[in-house]
Amino acid sequence: MNWTGLDTWIVITGVLICMACALPGTFLMLNRQSMLGDGISHAVLPGLAVAFLLTNSRDIFPMAAGAVAAGVLTAVLTQMVQRFGQVESGAALGVVFCGLFAVGLILIRVASDKVDLDADCVLYGSIETAVVDVNLVPRVAWISGGLLIFNALLIAFFYKELRLAAFDPALATTLGFNANAIRLGLTVVASVTTVLAFESVGSILVIAMLVVPAAAASLLTHKLHWLLALALVLAAASAVLGHIGAITLRRFVGGLFGQSDLGATSSAAMMAVTAGVLFLICWLVTAVRQFANRRRVARDSHRS
Amino acid sequence: MTRRRVLFLVALLVLLLGGLSWFLSRAGSHVGHSHQSGEAHATGAPAARRGGKSITDTGIEWPSREKIWRTVSLADYNTRIVFAGVTALGAAGGLVGTFLLLRKRSLLSDTVSHCTLPGIAMAFLIGESMGLSGRSLPLLLTGASITGALGMLAVAAIRAKSRIKDDAALAIVLSVFFGLGIALLVVIQHLPTGNAAGLNQFIYGKAASMTADDAQLILLASLTLAMICAALFKEFKLLCFDTDFARTQGWPAVALDLALMGLVVAVTVIGLQAVGLLLVVALLIIPAAAARFWSHRLGVTILLAMTIGATAGLVGVAASALFPKLPAGAVIVLAAVVCFAVSFVFGARRGLLVRWLEQRGVATRVARQHLLRAIYEWCESHAHNRHADPLHLLEQPVPVADLSAANDWSEGRATRLLRLGSSEGLLAWTPGSKTSHLTARGKLEARRVTRNHRLWETYLLHYADVAPPHIHHNADQIEHVIEPDIVNELEELLAGGEGRVLVPADPEKPVPAMRGART
Repeated sequence: MNWTGLDTWIVITGVLICMACALPGTFLMLNRQSMLGDGISHAVLPGLAVAFLLTNSRDIFPMAAGAVAAGVLTAVLTQMVQRFGQVESGAALGVVFCGLFAVGLILIRVASDKVDLDADCVLYGSIETAVVDVNLVPRVAWISGGLLIFNALLIAFFYKELRLAAFDPALATTLGFNANAIRLGLTVVASVTTVLAFESVGSILVIAMLVVPAAAASLLTHKLHWLLALALVLAAASAVLGHIGAITLRRFVGGLFGQSDLGATSSAAMMAVTAGVLFLICWLVTAVRQFANRRRVARDSHRS
Repeated sequence: MTRRRVLFLVALLVLLLGGLSWFLSRAGSHVGHSHQSGEAHATGAPAARRGGKSITDTGIEWPSREKIWRTVSLADYNTRIVFAGVTALGAAGGLVGTFLLLRKRSLLSDTVSHCTLPGIAMAFLIGESMGLSGRSLPLLLTGASITGALGMLAVAAIRAKSRIKDDAALAIVLSVFFGLGIALLVVIQHLPTGNAAGLNQFIYGKAASMTADDAQLILLASLTLAMICAALFKEFKLLCFDTDFARTQGWPAVALDLALMGLVVAVTVIGLQAVGLLLVVALLIIPAAAARFWSHRLGVTILLAMTIGATAGLVGVAASALFPKLPAGAVIVLAAVVCFAVSFVFGARRGLLVRWLEQRGVATRVARQHLLRAIYEWCESHAHNRHADPLHLLEQPVPVADLSAANDWSEGRATRLLRLGSSEGLLAWTPGSKTSHLTARGKLEARRVTRNHRLWETYLLHYADVAPPHIHHNADQIEHVIEPDIVNELEELLAGGEGRVLVPADPEKPVPAMRGART
């Protein structure tokens, strides 16, 4: 295996992005809004298309603004459909993101004469091409590092409020913190994270990192600070192992077809898969632990 | 919904779908030559590229009148196939989606559809490495079904065997399976054999390229799904509305649940080719959610959902046949969303408008009752002779200012209430006048309302152990919804009790002599 500088940068960027997503993801999971990441990842498409049509450029700022607006719109519309239409929350999210995604596809197709934008670039942006950069430190590494620090600061600052809103929204509201506002704020942070991460690593890694490390960590602990710490560790681990997995996969499939190594693979996607494997391991650990506990209790009660 | 009606429904469906497929096969036999032109038509001539800068210049070409006619009259063989396939798909989506919605699992369809991707990719890899064509549709769809079912089972396992919540389980399975799918897809795209181009169509769908075989597959599958749903209608209904009851009644709830989810996998897989894995979700969620605004009955909801799904399919295909630039899948979804929006506002049972009107009706009734009771109470406290005939009690003109002061009403609210009362003929009041008095009907109504309120107050005081300071408030909340039966019951319960004196006599019964004044 020939490990190059690019591989190092892929791993560093992956670790940073994964950790940046795991932070808001933990609270999304506690708020039972895990599917929102998937919803947003579809719903940003019209935001990107409109931003492009209005500014005629692919600068990061208008694009990010459009995408964040679409993300927030998704959350707000979902809540409105849920509240005013008495539609179950999952179905409400489904209606909203499917609709927005369809609008996005149509906008892109209709304006395809002018728009050099296709749905693929949103769905699988690639971390491999993103780290190829003229600078010493690739731009995408700066972005993901900044995102991680930004999210960490926000969560440190609003830790108490977020915890309250996640575990007891009614109490939070009676104490004078508007739980809905806090959740909306979390949604905004999640959509900013999602959008900035899309641009560099593609949506699938973001959807996975928003929920999988947090869920795996929640199997191992009941304490919120441990939950956050474990989620960060698991996210970083899945980034590192994921890239190694990607290299292995392309060698394996290449071997099937008589080639020593295929040129490309998707590290981001493999990071998502690795997170799933880590989740599976955590699940097995808890299952074994539970089984042992039950046996011990049974034995003790038998003795006495 | 009786079994006979279900059978009728199934017969209807069989006729409809059978007719469609017969229509297709007949068309196929004698318009062989138009097949070619149909294909050319469906793909469409590339639209002229325009270099305009403005947003309104979309580069869309308006179809000629002849083209519209050809589409509407189904003159092209290809259009006909796509119409039949997508309509059946929409109906199947609405059918299964309604059960899914009632199980509160709508997003499971999203997860299942993402889970089909690794199956497609693996089936392709297996096919290619064994020297077969990796693009044979049955092979790919088998792969898709297998991983789709695996994903569905994984969600069920996580939900049952860990403390991960529902939504997190869905998101985990979705992202991990889809990640695997994309990883494999990227590898496939760089394979030396290099004919992976067709796989992308499973993500975005390609309705226009549907062949007669595809359409027949969809028709057959929809028919089978409809028959399964009809056969298990009672069981699914029970499962959707009361799972625990189903279990205690001895139904195999878990097996039924898995069967239902299996139907979801089936719809997803047959929809992959037509509308793509990202949008087949929409056909499972949106028509069902839209239909639910219209009816509380399951059978009606299902029929409506199927109709909405089929209509959305028709509109989408027609639009993309007329404007080759528009992606059919997206237009189908958009048509469904429009149906949803219309139902959201105008739905006959849960629609915004209906519920708003209902709420306004209740608010009016409550306001009217408050007004009448306020007048009654004022009259009572200002009576010169408290032992007089109760109907004379209510003759006095009531000063509006006093009413407002006693009830903390703003001037606007008082005016609004009085206008309401006079428009309903309960009291005599002209805008601007300082006083008002009850009409004959108003007197009866005022006594009835006050009576209900005091009966309830007395009941709470003597039987419900509610602390006296809360009584007025509690009675205020419930008096508006008391049924006449309950009033009678209260009356009997309190008859002879000390509460009797508080309560004005029933206006519909002969007036008894009041035994005492209000204490």
